[in-house]
Amino acid sequence: MASLDAPQIVSSRKDYADSFTLSRYLETGGYVALKKALTMFPEVVAAEVDAASLLGRGGAGFPAGRKWSMLRKSPISYLVVNGDESEPATFKDHYLVERDPHQLVEGVIIASYALQVNQAFIFMRGEFALGLERVQQAVNDAYAHGALGSKIFGSDFSLDIVVHPGAGAYICGEETSLIEALEGKRGFPRIKPPFFPAVTGLYGEPTVVNNVETMSNLPWIVNNGGAAFAALGAGRSTGTRLFALAGRVKNPGVYEIEMVKNTFRDLIYDPRLGGGIIDDKQIKAFIPGGVSAPWFGPELLDLPLGQDEVAEKGSMLGSGSIVVMDETSCVVRATWRITKFFSRESCGQCTPCREGSGWIERVMYRLENGGGRMEDIDLLLDLCDNIAPGLTWPPQQTTICVLGPSIPSSVHSAIQMFRDDFVAHVEHGGCPHD
Amino acid sequence: MTDVTRTTVQVTLNGRVIEAKPGELLIEAAERAGTYVPRFCYHPRMEPVGVCRMCLVEVDSPRGATLQPACYLRVNDGMNVVTDSEKVKKAQDGVLEFLLANHPLDCPICDKGGECPLQDQTLAHGSGETRFIEEKRHFVKPIEIGELVLLDRERCIQCSRCTRFQAEVAGDAQIDFSGRGDLIEVAQSPTQPFDSVFSGNTVQICPVGALTAKPYRFSARPWDLEQVESTCTTCAVGCRVAVQSSGNRLTRVLGVDSDPVNHGWLCDKGRFTLDSIDGNILSSDPLLATSRITEPMVRRDGELVPVSWGEALREAATLLRDASATPGGVGAIGGAALTNEGAFAWERFVRGVLSSEHVDAQYGDGLDAKLLQALPKATIEEAANARTVVTLTGDLREELPILFLRLRENAVKRHNSIVEFSFGPSALRSVARTSLVVRPGEAHIVAKAIAQGGELPKGVVISEDELNDARRLVGESGEGVVFVVGRPNLAEDQRVIEAAIRTLAERYPQAKFLPALRRSNVNGALDMGLSPSLRPGRGFDASVTGRDTLAQLEALRSGDQKAVLLLGGCLLGNVVDVEAAKAALENADVVAVTGHGGATLAYAKVVLPAAVQHERSGTVTNIEGRVSAVSPKIVAPGSAWHDVAIAAELAEEFGQNLGLISVEQTAQTIEETTGYPALSVLNDEVYDGVVVGRHEVPSRRHSMDPMAFPGIRSTDSVGLGSRTGTTVVTNATGDVTTSAALWSDVAAGHGVDVPLADAYSLRVVLSRRLYDRGIAMQGSPALYNMVPATVLHLNHFDLDRLGVASGEYVKVNGPRGSLELPVALDDGVVRGTTNVAFATRNVDGVNVIPDLIDSDSVISQVRLETR
Amino acid sequence: MSHFRSDIRQRAEELVALYPRQRSAMLPMLHLAQEQDGYLSDEGIAEVAELTGTTPAEVRGTAAFYDMFHLEPVGKYVVGVCTNIACLLAGGEEFLEHASKKLGCPVGSTSDDGLFTLEETECLADCNIAPVVQVNHRYVRTTTPETFDAMIDDLRSGKLDHDVPSHGTLIRVRRSGGLRAARQEVADQRQTAKAARDARVESEKK
Ligand SMILES: Cc1cc2nc3c(=O)[nH]c(=O)nc-3n(C[C@H](O)[C@H](O)[C@H](O)COP(=O)(O)O)c2cc1C
Ligand code: SF4
Ligand code: FES
Repeated sequence: MASLDAPQIVSSRKDYADSFTLSRYLETGGYVALKKALTMFPEVVAAEVDAASLLGRGGAGFPAGRKWSMLRKSPISYLVVNGDESEPATFKDHYLVERDPHQLVEGVIIASYALQVNQAFIFMRGEFALGLERVQQAVNDAYAHGALGSKIFGSDFSLDIVVHPGAGAYICGEETSLIEALEGKRGFPRIKPPFFPAVTGLYGEPTVVNNVETMSNLPWIVNNGGAAFAALGAGRSTGTRLFALAGRVKNPGVYEIEMVKNTFRDLIYDPRLGGGIIDDKQIKAFIPGGVSAPWFGPELLDLPLGQDEVAEKGSMLGSGSIVVMDETSCVVRATWRITKFFSRESCGQCTPCREGSGWIERVMYRLENGGGRMEDIDLLLDLCDNIAPGLTWPPQQTTICVLGPSIPSSVHSAIQMFRDDFVAHVEHGGCPHD
Repeated sequence: MTDVTRTTVQVTLNGRVIEAKPGELLIEAAERAGTYVPRFCYHPRMEPVGVCRMCLVEVDSPRGATLQPACYLRVNDGMNVVTDSEKVKKAQDGVLEFLLANHPLDCPICDKGGECPLQDQTLAHGSGETRFIEEKRHFVKPIEIGELVLLDRERCIQCSRCTRFQAEVAGDAQIDFSGRGDLIEVAQSPTQPFDSVFSGNTVQICPVGALTAKPYRFSARPWDLEQVESTCTTCAVGCRVAVQSSGNRLTRVLGVDSDPVNHGWLCDKGRFTLDSIDGNILSSDPLLATSRITEPMVRRDGELVPVSWGEALREAATLLRDASATPGGVGAIGGAALTNEGAFAWERFVRGVLSSEHVDAQYGDGLDAKLLQALPKATIEEAANARTVVTLTGDLREELPILFLRLRENAVKRHNSIVEFSFGPSALRSVARTSLVVRPGEAHIVAKAIAQGGELPKGVVISEDELNDARRLVGESGEGVVFVVGRPNLAEDQRVIEAAIRTLAERYPQAKFLPALRRSNVNGALDMGLSPSLRPGRGFDASVTGRDTLAQLEALRSGDQKAVLLLGGCLLGNVVDVEAAKAALENADVVAVTGHGGATLAYAKVVLPAAVQHERSGTVTNIEGRVSAVSPKIVAPGSAWHDVAIAAELAEEFGQNLGLISVEQTAQTIEETTGYPALSVLNDEVYDGVVVGRHEVPSRRHSMDPMAFPGIRSTDSVGLGSRTGTTVVTNATGDVTTSAALWSDVAAGHGVDVPLADAYSLRVVLSRRLYDRGIAMQGSPALYNMVPATVLHLNHFDLDRLGVASGEYVKVNGPRGSLELPVALDDGVVRGTTNVAFATRNVDGVNVIPDLIDSDSVISQVRLETR
Repeated sequence: MSHFRSDIRQRAEELVALYPRQRSAMLPMLHLAQEQDGYLSDEGIAEVAELTGTTPAEVRGTAAFYDMFHLEPVGKYVVGVCTNIACLLAGGEEFLEHASKKLGCPVGSTSDDGLFTLEETECLADCNIAPVVQVNHRYVRTTTPETFDAMIDDLRSGKLDHDVPSHGTLIRVRRSGGLRAARQEVADQRQTAKAARDARVESEKK
């Protein structure tokens, strides 16, 4: 049974129909944290976040406090919030921007204060039309309420937040690509070094990029203290986290549960959460952290939902999305669709990613739809190896950003775990499930 | 951390320790150490982007050896690099295989076949067998993205060199990537075709056959081509080029990377006007500028008819001898199209044989040569690195395109300042720190206001802040500042800009000057003494004064001068007041030495055919005074001769010996008698050296990476050197023969009377355009159609005030009567002025420029009326 | 002459003022251009180039990178059906086929009446209600062929006009006012904050 006693840190208002309005937000403790933060020294606010050990919720899982302090050497100029949420089957930020936009805005103001920046941008994927409207409304309300703009709540801190719509490109979730998009360019990830936007970011100036969920945790942390947050979870994985559960489960959805204290099995099978597999079928495989992550088989269902725990087994918790495949799902088809996604979303800069993704996708298509050859299976592995040499985890790469080495994740996993299915596809001259 | 005080760092490369410069790119350091790392997107003259991933090598990091792009990584002390491991080989082979996956196998019909880096690397490293059995990406075959460039999208390997060149180097992103992932393609906007004057560079640096040049397409196969290295003399920047021919037909010119000058870039005019040179257009009408003059001709019964060299020389000698019998009866005009050796020979002929001081290589469209000589000179490199550059020129992209690139680079890459005296539209404006709006007749006042704090006349819209900005950027003494000075307005008396230059030069003694005289070898011709008071070897003699071009034309009209020797070029195509020039020639005995036909020949009594660019050897001198060699690639058509030979033979007719028997020996004579570099440059195979004063600073030219400059096989073996000189005051033997012009010798800015601004008139700015109706363009089918018709460009304020829209015709009341011309909107035009392009024709093909010009006034004004 | 309507032009100029550099306004401004024309016309692109200090080729090139920008005219309603992993497992592909039949146009094209353009999309981040369908980037949450058909009929009859504006209109909530933290004020604040910090560090040292 899942342990569900932890507080709902970011989804406490999920039962209110009007959770997105300022009035509801104020009624439920909104902007108290900001007022408190404004009485503290900025460094002290940052120290609380550091003490919370809040890991970034965007995918890379880098501690927010460390990101902020590391950058302290040169003052930060801009805060950019990553609301691009395009990793397939990830839909937690969608929940946050539509249902609790003020919480996000308050988090952004708190972070801006801690970093002493005066302009913040919330970059949100363009397909979130409603989310964009809700967050823009929240920003407008915050200005009217005195929580944004010149001399916030009478303090001597001023801040502007600009809501910036994306326009449909997965790669803009990658932080340097997002910065390019924010500069009005096509979303080509920037080459490293410099490794962090904190060194050279937006307009070449030090910039902090954080995920929507990361920001949404801040009001609670300021209200309750970093220690209270760190008391939840275990090890490096503290606090609660929003998990987006999708695929062949009875109750797909977004669930906020305590980290490490729960396992994949808890999330997928607990009747208060995923509720088990549709038609009570057998689970065949699951993806633990977005389609960029290598897959797990049922034998790892009891693995705790913790960043290091998952990494140890050769995958990642990534964006917090868990996709479940059952015995009725065709893994070759699933893999093909994932490679098609990467091929469509590769930005096109790096040769291995641009050409490799398309090539792999076409081979996968043949395997699924007829025309597959036995040698294709090893060809696939070798092409993957040319993008992520050695096919290790964490991956090595021949590309600029990690979209490239994400392509092999599912191909390599699927062939390793279900080579027989691939062979069957070749022998059957297409998908035996059809 | 790299120690910046150290001059080298040590890097371990495949187990051996090499020295590298701190902060240098790994790919460069490795190459110098003899290890070539394969590459596609990297180009040594552009910022690295590391996208093709071909150059991956193993580099030690705290997390073990990782694959890193050598083109992007900068060396560190102690860095450990492996370029030949199995892992590196697999990664590089993988990238190559990926590149070929969608690349068509049409090498046999591809222009690039035979000189294609992708083909070369595939042959060197490729597995030979494809594992890609899918259908390749397909696009409709080549599309015309501009007048000159075709794009074959299937062949593109997305290295982004072309798009980066346009954005980063040219500053004009007319093409850009479009789409995403493997659907990415290079595209232009349907509303703005790719007509950048630098478009040919994208073709040259494209590592595959995706971008091809229309003029060259299918015209030759690389293995049929022979090449020499030479210097382009289409304008006076002096870009290094590889000139290629198939047999005796010029096929292609490519940019060679010269560190101090062009960095491998060329403008499209220099690159594509080949047809006008080798006379591929066959026409025997000497009045057509497109015709090559191949035989000597004399006028018989009103017609020019071919005769033998002997007969033509005799007749020329007779005309000139008769005229020289009266004092001041003969003179010479022109010379910018000559080599230094040719100019030197003709100078000896005019002064020595004809005993005339009336000689001028400019057409009244330049600057006082004495003034230029007295200025402390800057090199292009100095201007491209100067703390502040101040321009008193027309639009440099139109006048000296590669100088524009180098100055732009100074602003964009090095964040130095450009202060612009802005007379009209200018491509540098977008990167200039300050643009001071200057109307005709006001440059000297603005210069004074900067230098001495003088009052600005009423109506000038320069603010006190802008003036202070300019003063601050120039500084107290002008140290580290380069003034680029030219002739921004041909409708303005040249004394206006000369007075401005003088004011600035006197006020800022530490500043240097770069003259922007733009016509091919005009700088060399002046250095060889083809100007009143000048002497060969940049010498000066204040004791004599001769007539300049405009004075000679005047003298011809009045009958004081009887004959004129025209040295190359087309006089009528270059003077502003064509009618006055015609009247002068009408009266005169004209002997023309030229390689090209043209309207001027209608007045010639004798025409002597000369070899032109790419047909002759010798040296030329560019704007900064750099002397570099030109080489023949093809044999001149018919019986055209080198100028040295023509001058020497003509002297023989006078019973005199110039003492010049060959180009080599002429070069030797120049060097021996004046100390001016010539022979040493002609024979120098190694250095691309700069001679400033007497100090040689040799620097080796970049070796030619076939990847960076595909199509150029090697330049080391045929490489010819170049030198710049500033002032040479003694000859080789030490006895002083000439001296440099001194300030005291230069006529002071005598009063220029600028008429008051007339509120109802517009002042005319007659400016140069790259694409005009000059000889090069007229002979070039590729570029001819890109020359616009004569249009009056106006600011939108003035258009609104007149109530006309762009494209409409207006009635123009000019100094000589009225005419009709269309107007066009250009907000780069200064308020109260109208910009007109020199050497253009109206839609009916008529040259109406003279009707807009008031030769008797310092400035010209016109009134416009709606029809 | 401005191609943008005066209100669009005004909003475009307001956008530019929100960013330290004008080019940053590119994506939101392209959305505005689409709001006016339904797609990105050459004229719209030229005006965006002018307002963002770029060339038309750069604007076009940038726009073509993003799926939401259309360089060719599209229908009044752009119907996007997700077939990515979660939706695939919920029958997204079959659903897309159904949509194509219902609208009478192949994927990637526009129906004959010019009303609908059908697109296959990548994940739209609403995976618990799969297969996910968006119309003009509004979630319509119709996961069965029957509800889909009803929704299309409602669109046709104008019943959904309030929920689903015509293609191009993305954010109907306008920003209230421009930037408020004035530059000078911000600089002063930074100065004060730094002084306070330094003072504290000093006192901590003692
Ligand atoms: C291909 C790719 C896609 C990404 N997409 C997202 C995304 O949609 N949202 C997000 O917050 N982070 C995304 N990231 C991670 C960001 O680069 C960055 O690490 C993150 O926004 C930092 O915020 P955090 O520290 O709060 O997690 C992506 C990274 C990559 C390489
Ligand atoms: S790995 Fe792919 S997505 Fe990332 S920068 Fe390279 S081409 Fe673009
Ligand atoms: S990535 Fe180095 S040459 Fe292209």
